[in-house]
Amino acid sequence: MDAALAFERPILEMEHKIQELKALADSTKLNLNGEVVALEARLRKVTGEVYDNLTPWERVRVSRHPQRPVTQDYINGIFEDFLELHGDRSFGDDRAIVTGFATIEARRILLVGHRKGKSVKDRLLCNFGCAHPEGYRKALEKMRLAEKLGLPIVCLVDTQGAYPGIGAEERGQARAIALNIREMFSLRVPIIAIVIGEGGSGGALGIGVGDRVAILKNAYYSVITPEGCAAILWKSADKAPEAAAALRLSAPDLFELGIVDEIIDEPLGGAHRRPQETIQNVKDFLLRSLDELQARPTEALLEARYQKFRAMGRVDES
Amino acid sequence: MAMGWSRFGKKKDMPGGLWIKCDACSTMIFRKDFTAERICPECKHHFPLSADERVQLFADEGSFEELWANMKTVDALGFKDRVSYAEKIENTRQKTGKNEAMVCGRARVLGQDLALGVMDFGFLGGSMGVVVGEKVTRLVEFANEEDLPLVIFCSSGGARMHEGALSLMQMAKTCGALQRFQARGGFYVSVLTNPTTGGVTASFASVADVILAEPGALIGFAGPRVIKETLKQDLPKGFQRAEFLLEKGQVDRIVSRTELRTTIAKLCAYATGSANPATVGAAHEVAGGATGGEGS
Repeated sequence: MDAALAFERPILEMEHKIQELKALADSTKLNLNGEVVALEARLRKVTGEVYDNLTPWERVRVSRHPQRPVTQDYINGIFEDFLELHGDRSFGDDRAIVTGFATIEARRILLVGHRKGKSVKDRLLCNFGCAHPEGYRKALEKMRLAEKLGLPIVCLVDTQGAYPGIGAEERGQARAIALNIREMFSLRVPIIAIVIGEGGSGGALGIGVGDRVAILKNAYYSVITPEGCAAILWKSADKAPEAAAALRLSAPDLFELGIVDEIIDEPLGGAHRRPQETIQNVKDFLLRSLDELQARPTEALLEARYQKFRAMGRVDES
Repeated sequence: MAMGWSRFGKKKDMPGGLWIKCDACSTMIFRKDFTAERICPECKHHFPLSADERVQLFADEGSFEELWANMKTVDALGFKDRVSYAEKIENTRQKTGKNEAMVCGRARVLGQDLALGVMDFGFLGGSMGVVVGEKVTRLVEFANEEDLPLVIFCSSGGARMHEGALSLMQMAKTCGALQRFQARGGFYVSVLTNPTTGGVTASFASVADVILAEPGALIGFAGPRVIKETLKQDLPKGFQRAEFLLEKGQVDRIVSRTELRTTIAKLCAYATGSANPATVGAAHEVAGGATGGEGS
């Protein structure tokens, strides 16, 4: 129950009750189907109510849920084949970003994704998805390879931000991110970016420039984490819920602001409740987007990619 | 990415006083010895400059034509922390007499025409919101259309939190414009001044063809306080200073404020072939130092 979020308590209690009822029915051979069906209907209603009324901060909590599907789950669930390529050709293999060739419905793509890890050991190895410069350089190396081979690029974004450390600074964290952003405007193949969990600032954008940028319903994309923002502007990390609301970092707000092109639906009760359904939704989106983007002439694709970002943000010139 | 700005740029000199205390070495500097470059004669510490002071110091006298000076922020998020963003912006405008954290225009430096952008740390920590992003982007497009070298003086705490993901996307917008400019042969010099961090460092500041830094400037992706808190250890001496970045291969040259005009005019001459680099600025600098005097 470690993973429990306070606002999920009524849902978890009912789920537990249904489990008990089913177990009771099994052990006693009593027919409790009617009761179970009624409870399940109520569970759906309660879950819907809770999830329709999530605050921005609660959505951030959902986006970080330990059972939420991460890049590895999408790799396993979407692609028939995945061939990882590790090398950044200059310093080392950053586990926080995974790159490789992948096959989706017999179509070849290049996959780039933040890797948060599943087990505790894995998470530590991946720095919880906070990449170093070598991770961004690996991504750029492989994206250029994809361009050469004419393969579309799929980026799965899930990071709180690029790693803030001594080595990262020494090896040019800022430059690595900046270069990726600039070069992604030049790549002559379709790029699809999906924020699957956390879209944390420059660390996210470093693999986030795309012809299509989508976000899962409970994921977020922000200039800074709510905790970081609260610490600076409210002088207290406890004000993260206020900061999350002020930053307008939730999917519907981002869509309204023109930051993302599309919101990918999550199952009732969040991605962590039905990972397979979530992964299928992402797969459907990917196939549809690949069809659309691969049909476009390259020049038109690049021009539209630039114009999309060029138009972000209004100014007053009166 | 974004960081606070209150720790930087506090002016400790006393207006009208005869003496100014150096922020770095605490030497009392006699006002008459404190030239327009605002460099401590004792330790060579470079004091902060406002965008206007920078333009005056850097451009040939009377050559600067400002562009898009009226451009103002739209509070698209209706952001409010302990005070509302709209109020904060209005107060900052009143206080600084500037509309935003960036001044752009066409300028001449030692006779060399260029597109010039200067960030102003005094305006909300030089933070990049939509206006800064839009001005940089337009300046890049202007340099492209007019076939001019592009020079940007950076000074920023990072992206402006009050404009949320819209600020973040200015990193993409500016880099997208630079990609087009540079791919067509455009020449771009960025000058990193104290401090340049966060989303500005992680975007247009770091993709220049030549990257210069002022002595002692703090330059980095994450702010030192964030790194210290993450690692729970003290940072090495000189960490993230210009000299450290030079040693790590992240910048091309450290240039004293007194040499910036000549260095940049020379770089432009090398890039464009508009003048003989060997003779650029020689006559001028010998004649009396770079105080915004006559060019060519």
